[in-house]
Amino acid sequence: MNHLNARKTEGGAHRLVVLPFGKSIEIAYKSLKVRFFRSLITTVSLMLAVSFLSFVNVGNDIANGLLAMGDPTLRQALIQSGYDLGEGDTRVEESPKQRWLVILSLMVCVVGIVNAQLMAVTERFREIGTMKCLGALDSFVLRLFLLEAAMQGIAGAVVGAAAGALFALANNLIRFGGPVLSALPWPDILKSLVIAAGTGCLLSLAGVLYPALVAARMAPVEAMRVEQ
Amino acid sequence: MTEIHHIVRVTNVTKTFQMGKMVLQALKGITLEIAAGDYISIMGPSGSGKSTLFNMIGGLDKPSSGKVFIDEVDIAQLDAYELAWLRCRKIGYIFQTFNLIPVMTALENVTLPMTFAGMNTDAAVDKGIQLLEMVGLGDRFRHKPSELSGGQQQRVAVARSLANDPAIILADEPTGNLDLSTGEEIIALLKRLSQETRVTVISATHDFKMLNVSDQVIWIRDGLVEKIENREDLSISVGRIDDREAAS
Repeated sequence: MNHLNARKTEGGAHRLVVLPFGKSIEIAYKSLKVRFFRSLITTVSLMLAVSFLSFVNVGNDIANGLLAMGDPTLRQALIQSGYDLGEGDTRVEESPKQRWLVILSLMVCVVGIVNAQLMAVTERFREIGTMKCLGALDSFVLRLFLLEAAMQGIAGAVVGAAAGALFALANNLIRFGGPVLSALPWPDILKSLVIAAGTGCLLSLAGVLYPALVAARMAPVEAMRVEQ
Repeated sequence: MTEIHHIVRVTNVTKTFQMGKMVLQALKGITLEIAAGDYISIMGPSGSGKSTLFNMIGGLDKPSSGKVFIDEVDIAQLDAYELAWLRCRKIGYIFQTFNLIPVMTALENVTLPMTFAGMNTDAAVDKGIQLLEMVGLGDRFRHKPSELSGGQQQRVAVARSLANDPAIILADEPTGNLDLSTGEEIIALLKRLSQETRVTVISATHDFKMLNVSDQVIWIRDGLVEKIENREDLSISVGRIDDREAAS
């Protein structure tokens, strides 16, 4: 018991287990790179959901821009193309149907991410166990998985938001022609882009949380398992 | 200096596992002491409790009763952080399946435990290269594990186990996935390291090639220590060991 106490008082500086943040980013980036194709699939699913969100919002922004021009023929064209505009309405709102579709697509996307990340964790059991044998704390493992998800989230969300916006723009150009370009409400579009990209990042992190906790709680002895 | 320093002490350790309604007693009261600097082999058939004992000595598992001391520290008293520290600094692990981190180069694999231990990058790289040279892979430090042969991967793993100058190297069937001559090379390497650095090597093994280099062999059967043989007894009884190999 004396020995134990002696060691405890030996001091904090010696009892150090660390993983610097820069190093964590490096490891997370490498893990993504080496499983490029598989991370790409997860990222693409996120990208699709985010681009749908961005498509719907930016589409509405553009319709509002057109409406603000006050041209009765454009107003008629908007109503004809399916926007639900009453007599006195000056703005197009997201319809309940659109909203449900967006929420559903985002939910499907999160479930997909959870599934993909759980597979990734199972696949990397030995790697995680080994790291723990080398002295990694639960928090290191958690951090690595969160960082990977954040990188995937940022990439997928930014690309998705941009792709959705471009698609909305092209769609409206085909429908309403030239006036669209002069009526673009840039601040609103930018806001929709930021919202879409932010939602994407959050979803990616939400999706990885449970799998990352499973990984972090894994016992180091798993590294000893022989069967793959 | 006549007093022997015991790096590992195991007293009356039992371990029971609950398997559904069955209670399985893997260890039934094991007591042993391992002297610092020795080369120890733990031998026993599968299901003998060998792995359970081994994991216990490695701080990977806690006993149901009894005590395990590593370097005079009772591992049952340690919290998660202290256990991680123990694994990082005091123990070097070598696995049957090598277990290098596949996304990292040989050098990065060796320096990872040093990073955990808080060493700065330059010092870690210098030491990593030095360790890789010591295991005979000085020119291959940029290679990924997938670009190395099994024997080379295990050499990297040996270098990694030495990263933080541990007191103990725990080798779980280190030659299990290697062919005869590569396995012999790894055994010779471990023996050389144990002599040069005075690190205690503890290996769980089926491999009778290990017996020739061991200072002590601990035979486990049915959760109990069947017998402990020292080097002197072993060299006298080489004939018997050959018989046993033939019989098994």
